Amino acid sequence: MSDPIIQLNDIKKHFGNVIALNGVTFDVRPGECHCLLGDNGAGKSTFIKTMSGVHKPTEGSITFEGRAMSFNSPRDAMEAGIATVFQDLAMIPLMSVTRNFFMGREPTVGRGLFKRFDIENANRVTVVEMRKMGINLRGADQAVGTLSGGERQTVAIARAVYFGAKVLILDEPTSALGVRQTANVLATIDKVRKQGVGVVFISHNVRHALAVGDRFTVLNRGRTLGTANRGEIRAEELQDLMAGGQELAQLEGSLGGTI
Amino acid sequence: MSAAATPQSDERVRQETLFTKLAKRPELGSIAGLVLVTVFFLFTADGSMFTLSGVMNFLTPAAQLGILAIGAALLMIGGEFDLSIGSMVAFAGMIFGAFTVNMGLPLILAIPATLAVAAAIGVLNGQLTIRTGLPSFIVTLAFLFILRGLTLVGLKAITGGSTQLRGVREAIEGDFLTPLFSGDAFGGLFAMLGRAGLIETFKNGTPKVPGIPVEILWFIALACVATWVLLRTPAGNWIFASGGDTNAASNSGVPVRKVKVALFMVTACCAALLAIMQVMDAGSTDARRGFQKEFEGIIAAVIGGCLLTGGYGSAIGAFFGSIIFGMVVIGLTYTKIDQDWFQVFLGGMLLLAVVFNNVIRKRVTGER
Repeated sequence: MSDPIIQLNDIKKHFGNVIALNGVTFDVRPGECHCLLGDNGAGKSTFIKTMSGVHKPTEGSITFEGRAMSFNSPRDAMEAGIATVFQDLAMIPLMSVTRNFFMGREPTVGRGLFKRFDIENANRVTVVEMRKMGINLRGADQAVGTLSGGERQTVAIARAVYFGAKVLILDEPTSALGVRQTANVLATIDKVRKQGVGVVFISHNVRHALAVGDRFTVLNRGRTLGTANRGEIRAEELQDLMAGGQELAQLEGSLGGTI
Repeated sequence: MSAAATPQSDERVRQETLFTKLAKRPELGSIAGLVLVTVFFLFTADGSMFTLSGVMNFLTPAAQLGILAIGAALLMIGGEFDLSIGSMVAFAGMIFGAFTVNMGLPLILAIPATLAVAAAIGVLNGQLTIRTGLPSFIVTLAFLFILRGLTLVGLKAITGGSTQLRGVREAIEGDFLTPLFSGDAFGGLFAMLGRAGLIETFKNGTPKVPGIPVEILWFIALACVATWVLLRTPAGNWIFASGGDTNAASNSGVPVRKVKVALFMVTACCAALLAIMQVMDAGSTDARRGFQKEFEGIIAAVIGGCLLTGGYGSAIGAFFGSIIFGMVVIGLTYTKIDQDWFQVFLGGMLLLAVVFNNVIRKRVTGER
């Protein structure tokens, strides 16, 4: 098994007297999908922000590609190869897919006063990259607003991968999607994984996680409760760990196993 | 790679007709409006409106407004408003007057210095908007009054009590930059065309239209540059992104603050450029110059397809919007219609444009 790209050891994060993270250990290897599961308030968001350079951990160490690392800003983390796709996707509905794809990183041709946005090239790259992810665009100049939620998610993922992400953090990518679109996004995650990118899949939906995950880590009340490999754990066990107790097991009994 | 690049068609997506493609361009509304207005005047106005001199007659005010409107359109696409541009015309006119008349500077110094002062106020507007997080509407509304007031006070101070500063023409006479900013261009060409009998001339043989007023050339040049920047440069992408969603843009690495401040500078400089040309043409500056021009500029931009919420619009649209404006203002004098209908017409046009733009936006984003 290959070495982790990024390894976070016993991360603690305090905001004043609030302990948001109280000992989180997590790593991602190239070409795997590591699911981070947790209920609302478990500390998922704080942890993502720590990994993507928004917050600095109060205690604990981050090792990136074998070296101790401390990110000062999200830019630092991005340049190192850690891309985060947040729930808002950083997409602008009124702009074309191409313009969104290259937003902030436009390719140029020409020099001096005639240096310009290489739109033909950008359009071509966008169409090709989107096709790799299984989406046939009507045209690269199609507005992002005309895409479905799942397709937008895919554009955001394709963009991160194209710009050299080694670790791709996906913040609840399936939470607002329908069944078919969820399947598409999960298929995209699988494609990205096969390209050797380490995917961190954050979710509170155990079924979505089990569908693509290679390893599963449960976060509860700011702590990780250990990591399980695929096939070693059942959905009910994950569900119980996330809820942090027996109540859910009882609830589930009365609901007939529908959660 | 090339095989993959050939577009495969998706059976679920209908081919778009040329018309639906065109209908999604932001400037469509203004072109349709221009056709409509032209047809209206072809039927109602005196035939002389569409002769060469008639066209120059309505293109000149259109160009003057257009210089403001193109700046306003860029800023609106970037997601902000500037209500101070009308007052900026008066303020920059005063500054320019002071530089040329009172300080006796040559144009090569006076013009850059005037633009620099305007740009500095643009920076102030931009920084205040960004740092306070207030809507630019409020911040620049404050400057609408501040600049107008400063112009009045300043003019009285430098003239010793008058709100008008005269003597600009004398001060700039003979300056080698004067022909660039005032009067008519291509005089020789027009004289030649007149002698050849290709254009109308007076009895003594001088052409009725001595040349193209320089503001029209500036207007066309600005529209071309603004369009190129918007559609073909990274900066254009940043402008659309900043206006579309500030958060998403800055998360993607777009320098949103810099873009917005730069846009405020551009709008202010457009106003100053207009002021310089108007003052040079009139030979004097006045505290009432540019009165209510901020609204006209924004209306022209909106008729040109700019959304009030930002992130969408075009400079070409603002170009046509301004021509519509000039055509209506001047065109009514060629008809038997009372010219005071102009404001009614304008308000109606604005309402129509806003409704139309909303429909277009829904089409573009596929909202239902």
